[in-house]
Order: sequence, then C-alpha cells, then structure tokens
Amino acid sequence: MRKIKFILQKEFIQIFRNKTMLPMIFGIPIIQLVILVHAATLEMKSIDMYVVDKDLSSLSHKLVSKFEGSPFYNISGSSFSIDEANEAIEKNQADFILHIPQGFERDLMRENSSKVQLLIDGINGTAASLVNAYSSSVIADFNRNIIVDLTQRPQIVDSNPISVETSYWYNPELNYKIYMLPGILVILVTIISMFLAAMNIVREKEIGTIEQLNVTPIKKFEFIVGKLVPFLIIALFELAFGLAIGKFFFHVPMVGSLGLLFGFAVVYLLVVLGIGLFISTISSTQQQVMFIAFFFMLVFILMSGIFTPTESMPMWAQKVNIINPFYYFMRVIRMILLKGSGFWDISREFFSLVIYAVIMLSLSVWRYRKVS
Amino acid sequence: MNRFIGFVKKEFHHIFRDSRTMLILFGMPIAQILIFGYVVSNEITDVRIGIYDKSKDHVTQEITNKIISSGFFILHENLNSDEEIEAAFKRGIVREVVVFEPNFAKNLERDGSAAIQIIADASDANTANMVSNYTQAIINSYVKTELMAQGMPYQIIPEIRMLYNDELKGVYMFVPGTMALILMLVSAMMTSISIAREKELGTMEILLVSPLKPLPIVIGKVIPYMVLSFVNAVVIIALSYFVFGMPIQGNLVFLMLETLLFIFMALSLGILISTVSNSQMVAMFISMFALLLPTMLLSGFIFPVENMPKVLQWLSSIMPAKYFITIVKNIMIKGSGIGIIWKETLILAGMTMFFLVMSIKKFKVRLE
Amino acid sequence: MNDREKKENYMTKDTENIIVVKNLMKKFGSFVANDNLTFEVRKGEIFGFLGANGAGKTTAIKILSGLSFPTSGDVMVAGYDVYKERELVKKNIGYMSQKFSLYEDLTVRENIRFYGGIYGLSSKYIKEKTEDLLERLKMKDIQNSLISSLPLGWKQKIAFSVAIFHDPKIVFLDEPTGGVDPITRRDFWEMIYEASNAGITVFVTTHYMDEAEYCDRVSIMDKGRIEGMDTPGELKRQFDAQNMDEVFLKIAR
Repeated sequence: MRKIKFILQKEFIQIFRNKTMLPMIFGIPIIQLVILVHAATLEMKSIDMYVVDKDLSSLSHKLVSKFEGSPFYNISGSSFSIDEANEAIEKNQADFILHIPQGFERDLMRENSSKVQLLIDGINGTAASLVNAYSSSVIADFNRNIIVDLTQRPQIVDSNPISVETSYWYNPELNYKIYMLPGILVILVTIISMFLAAMNIVREKEIGTIEQLNVTPIKKFEFIVGKLVPFLIIALFELAFGLAIGKFFFHVPMVGSLGLLFGFAVVYLLVVLGIGLFISTISSTQQQVMFIAFFFMLVFILMSGIFTPTESMPMWAQKVNIINPFYYFMRVIRMILLKGSGFWDISREFFSLVIYAVIMLSLSVWRYRKVS
Repeated sequence: MNRFIGFVKKEFHHIFRDSRTMLILFGMPIAQILIFGYVVSNEITDVRIGIYDKSKDHVTQEITNKIISSGFFILHENLNSDEEIEAAFKRGIVREVVVFEPNFAKNLERDGSAAIQIIADASDANTANMVSNYTQAIINSYVKTELMAQGMPYQIIPEIRMLYNDELKGVYMFVPGTMALILMLVSAMMTSISIAREKELGTMEILLVSPLKPLPIVIGKVIPYMVLSFVNAVVIIALSYFVFGMPIQGNLVFLMLETLLFIFMALSLGILISTVSNSQMVAMFISMFALLLPTMLLSGFIFPVENMPKVLQWLSSIMPAKYFITIVKNIMIKGSGIGIIWKETLILAGMTMFFLVMSIKKFKVRLE
Repeated sequence: MNDREKKENYMTKDTENIIVVKNLMKKFGSFVANDNLTFEVRKGEIFGFLGANGAGKTTAIKILSGLSFPTSGDVMVAGYDVYKERELVKKNIGYMSQKFSLYEDLTVRENIRFYGGIYGLSSKYIKEKTEDLLERLKMKDIQNSLISSLPLGWKQKIAFSVAIFHDPKIVFLDEPTGGVDPITRRDFWEMIYEASNAGITVFVTTHYMDEAEYCDRVSIMDKGRIEGMDTPGELKRQFDAQNMDEVFLKIAR
C-alpha cells in the first residue's frame, strides 16, 4: 500500500512540472465550456427573409411590414422574380422566401380565403421547422387582426373553449444554457480523465520506463491505483471548477446535494478511468490509444442525450446506451443540479455504474501484463 | 526520388500494419453517419408523460386518448396529487404532466370553458418547449374538430414548401458536417500526432540528419494521411448517396477537388500544430480542443451559427470547417458551381497558405 | 524472520549457483531467439553475456528478469522459479534496460526516491542512502536537476545506481555502456566492480569485446545459441586468439 504513495507522488510531480499540460488540463476546457455553452442554442434570433410581393396591395404591404416589425426578421432582399429569390437562397443570403401571389387581397375579399407561399431553405431541418413555426404564427397573428378589422367582432377569434396554461418547472425562462452547461462539462471532464490516464501509461510504454517498473515487485493493483488516483483527483477538481463557473457566470441552479453529485462523479470517473486504462493495456502507441478512445467517445457522446432526448432514439440505440457511461452521468448531473433529485431517484444509475466500474477495473487489472 | 518513395512506403506500412487503427479509421465515418442517420434526430417520439386527471370524465378521456395516440407520447403513469408530479419529475422519466381541472366536462358544457394545465420538466428547455407545443397543438386540433364547427371568415392560408429537402431529412445537415469532422480528425489530428511522435521518440532528429531534406520528410509523413482522408471522404459520400438518398446535384469532380483542398488545409494545420507541440499528448489536446469540439459546435453543423452571440459568430468565421460545410452543401444539394462558392474556396485556399507559411517559419526557427 | 526470508537465505547461502538455466527455449512464431541455452552463473561473479546485435541477448535477459516468459526450459534466478515465483525473483534483482529507464522530467533525487519507494524501502532509509549515494557519485550539486538536462554518461551512472539501490542479489545490465565515451565507460566499470565487491552478482550484456576482458566469465552467443563459455583467458587459449575480439570473430564466422 505504501508503494502507491510513491507512484502518486511521482505522477503529481510530472503533471505539475509540465508547463504545457497544466493549461491544457485546466485552461482550455474551461474556455471551451464558456464558449460552447453559448454556442449550443437552438433559439432563433434572426431570420433572413426574401420578399416577393407580386400583389403590391395595401394588405400585402401590411403583411410585409408585420414581418419587418418583428425583431426576428430581417428582410435581406426583395424583387418580383421568384428566380432571383431562389438565387438568394442558393447563395445563403436568405433563410426563406415570402411569396405573395398576385390577387392576394382580391381573393381574400371575394372568396373569403387566399394563399401566401413560404419557400423555406430546408437543408437544415431543425432551423427550417423553426422558421416555419415562427412565420406561420406571424401570419396567423396577422390573420386574426385582419379578421377583427374586417368583421369588427373581436370575440370571434378568442372563443377557444379549452384554455391551456403551460408552466415550465425548474426553468421557467426556458434557459437552454443551464441544461447544456452540465452536459458539456461532463464531456470535458470525461475527455480529460480518460485520455490522460490512457495516454499516460502508453507513454511509459513508448519511452520504455514501464519496463523498469515491470521488473520491480510492484503489484498490479498498486500500479493501477497509483495511475488512477491522480487523474481522478484532477477530474474532480475540473468538475468543481466547471460547476463554479456554471454557478457564477451562467447561474446554473444547484438544487440538489453537491455531495451526492460528487459521490456519483467518483463512481462515474472510476468507470471512465477504467475504460482508459483498459484501452492503454491493449495499445502500444499513443496514437492507437487516441484512435480507439476517440472512436468510442464520438459514438458515446452523440448517443448520450446531450443534444437530443434518448427516449426518442430507436430501441437498439437505447440498448447500446446501457454501456454508454456518458448516458448515465449526463442524466444524473442534470437531475441532481436542476431538479434536486435524491439518492433514490438516481439509485438505478448509481448501481449500474458501480457494477460497470468493477467490471472495467478488473478487466484492466487482468489485461495489464507485467510479463510478455 | 527513389529514397523519397521508399520513405513514403515506410510511412504507409507503419499505418496499414496496425489493423486496429485501420479498422477504426474506416469504421469511424461509417459509424458516425449511421448514428446521425438513425439515432440523433431532432424529432421527438416516445416521450413519457403523466396524466393528472382530476375530473375523469368522457372529455378528458377523449383528449388523453388523442394525446397518447399521436405517436409522440407514451403514458407512463397516472398521477393523483401535486406531490406526485414533483416526485415523477425527480425520477427523471416523465417529461410532462397534463393536468385536467375537476369537473372538466361539466364546466365545458355549462360555462363553455374548461382548463388544462401543461406542466413540463423544463430542465431540458428545448425538449420541454417542443413537447408542450406538440401537446398544445393536439389539444387545439381537438378543439377545432370536435368543439368548433363553424369556420372563420377571411382565412389566409400559408402554403409551406421546403426547398431542397422537402422531408426535412437530417442527412442534409450532418453529411457535410461529418465529412468536415472526420477529415479534420484524420488529417489534422493524426498528422500532428504522428510528427509529434517522431519528435518525442527522438527519431525526428535521425530523419533530419539523413540525406532527406525536411520538406520531403514532412510531405512523406503527410501523404498516407491524405490518401486515408480522401478514401474516407469517398466512403462518406457513397454512404450518404446510397443509404440515405442524399442527392449529388453538382459536379462530382468539383466536389472532390474541393474536398482535396480541405484535406490540404487540414494537413497544413496539422503540421503547424506539430511544430508547436513537443509531445503527442500536447498535440492531441491542441487538436482536440482547438479543432474538434469547435468544429462540431461552431461550424453550424449542429447549432445554427446565426443564432449565436456575435463574438461566437466571429469566432466561427475562422473555423475552416464552416466554409467547407457551406461548399459541400451547395455542391451536393443545391448543385452550385464555382460561381456561387468562389469566396469560400478562396478563403480555404488562403488558410492553407497561411498555415503552410507559418509552419515553415516555425520549423526553421526550431532547426536553428 | 518469516518463512519466505528464511527460504531466501537458505537458497542463496547454500547454493553456489545464483542463476541456473537449463534448456531454455524462446520462440517468436517460427523465429527461435534463444535456442536451448544451458548455463549457470555463480554467486558474486561478473558474468558477461556477449553477442552481436540480434544474437538473442536481450531476449534472454528479459526472461531472467521476469519480463518475458520462456517457451520452454527451466530457469531459476536467486533460487526462485521464473515461471511460478516471478514476483519473488523481481524482489531480488535489479535491472537496467537498454532503453533509457529514468524519468526525464523528474530530478535525480526524485527518480531515486521513486524507485526506492517502489521496492518498498522506508522513506528514512531512502533519504539516508540517497545522501550517501549522491556523495559517492559526486552529484550533490545536480541532485535537483532534471534528468533530461544531464549528459548521457551521467544518466547511465544514475540508472545503474538506481538499479542496485535496493541491494538486489543480482543486477542485470542490458548494454549499459551503449553510446558512452571511453572515459565514462571506465568509470562505469569501476561502479560495476564496486557493486560486485559489495556482493552483488552482475549479469551484463555487451557487444564491446574489450569489456569482456573485465568479466570473470563470459558466454558468447550467436544466432540464439551459446557458442562458448568460460573465463576470458581460457577462451582466448581455446580459440588461439590474442584478444576477445578475435575469439568473437572466430565464433561468429
């Protein structure tokens, strides 16, 4: 057991002595956190529209100015030719075309209904459906005003017999950042700990110092523990640091118990470090480690539910998530921080990870060979 | 020249000998495309909800049925008190609870109005917003079809057409994004690491004192990754065309040329990174944090750039991937030629030059 | 004194031979790296293990120090079986590899302390012994320099001192003087003699034939086999040669 102390000491000296590693470990991820949380937003702030008004009536003018008046919309061009409008879309100068056909006002008066066309750049499906939803609601709103104006009977439009009131718990302002920050933090902490641990051992293999360790009577578990603990501690610091930033800069609520969160994080990190160590035992170069770790990381991150709800994924993907460590922590950190879930709420995830950690760590102790 | 060819062969051999790395190199783009194609989508389905029905009459039953049969929602549990709502959210399965007021049908009949409350777990703001909007839309359509028979006058009907992508398929976005990501990864990250490796192991010095000049050495190290990247790009395009039905409207040769340009850019960036890092670990962290996450998040591949804060929009304009994604989208989906995307092409070419000049400078300094 | 230590004492005191190798084979696929090696190393001697590059020296030394499994044959080191009692073997040996084995980003003192700790020595003992060692090596003033900043010869000396820091019964040196200037090589052999005088058995591989003269006994390997084994003087007589270089050339042809 005393031997572990010496390994720990040595690892810490090496980490803190490396002038480039420290900023890498603490500086860059934090900058990333601050930047990327801002980037991760699906809200539309501005929509570029192109207007083709072939009607040129007072009604069509009113419709266009209704859009103009909204802070969301920015008219990036207008003409009488659909071809020119299409070109603007092709050049990415507009997100959608509002096409008001000739006879728009006349049809509305005579036939009680008329049409406008929204031609939306559909390449980005998410953005396109948002543009659709926003613009349709602008038109519906406009329509309501017109009906009231023309009929002089305001009650006709708000006679909805079922009133629906929506309340958003835990986050009434629908602030997406407080949801994204814990998610991105999980990714950063995981990357740091998994890669550091995996590459550290392989680096000793590459340089040759591992051979010197292998001729000593050190036990496998002493070696593994000595390699694991420094990165566990660094990762916990990183987590704490990230949470502090979340608290002070993004006002992420911390409803639940931080003790519970860190307790869970320790188990999670044991899994992640176990995976990292396991990868290092089956690789001989740092390049291999990176590749293998990278591959799994990309797959696991995308499936973890950081951007999209996991229950909407196909069944097989949900099965795969059973072995996806990100999936557990992503869920739990958000549950504890934002909703204040307690131990019994997260016990299923907790015990799953405990089992996972035991499996990964035994695998890496078993695979670590002191002799070839 | 012979010596150079020998060196390139050795480098190829190095990479291809390691079957695990090869498997991953080719498995990665395939796995990515499949995940984006089948797993990650912005549509919501099978969202678990709870119903707290204080009335339990035929109208609330009908509305509940409408909600459940929509396909978006699965009824996870029936709740009986306000406390149970909180507890359900804390367990984290249920994302929304629909509450019907007491005497719902009676109120509707007597007063012509009744109230429903939608409570969404907004810790995930996006999903909460979508989920509540869907629910609201289902209730509205129920109201329209069942309760309001008479039509309204003066209807303006918006006709929606989605250009280029009428089914709003996700592939159109993620194929260009994945291409940028994979090429960046293989080209920039792998070259920077493989050169840093030679430095770390001291073999770089041996190479530098060999009769080979530094430039051929670097080119020799880079060529295998260029080939790999190119093959990967072809695999991605073929998959997206044959499996996901992504069109290739524009000129395929032109697309390939632009891809090569991007690969060149990534390789020169990789070389630059390797000149500033003295170990593989450092090269990796620079590549990962300076390239990978930003490529994913700032290039407009997952989150639209226009919605980001101004500072991030500026930042995204130094992301080479952003331009490449625009180019690929334009060529593949819109069928554009150089006339439309000359600006992006020029920017990528400029970046390539910049990175090359910078690395040559750095390299010289190091040698002196 | 527990049973294990009793056994150690017994085995080393009462047997002359501290390394016993019988019919050792090591194959990598169809390539035979060590072909039927049989030899003994006596307690306290300096045993030279000679051969050209690729003759199988490093393979053999890795098997003896428990880094690699033999394919077949019996190998006893310090009285322990390398198949079954590898960890006990490791407790009793020191090893200095061909590849450089100190941490470049640690100081001299930190390296010594780390390896001492790994062998389970107490902090106090490590401290005392380190002072003593630095004194003898005349490295007091560079004790806090990073290894990476030192010349190769110094690094080799420190590496050797680290390898015998825990007072092993045997130390294995795999080409310890590769790439070092002649003066430092002399110094290094002084250190080897010192260790030998202190009772440590030295097992050293080299391809410098002049170094063979310094050994008590040498074995010469070629293509995985031992082609000659005796004292340098006896070998020279046997092969009718002026020096070990000639002996070697005669064997290798």
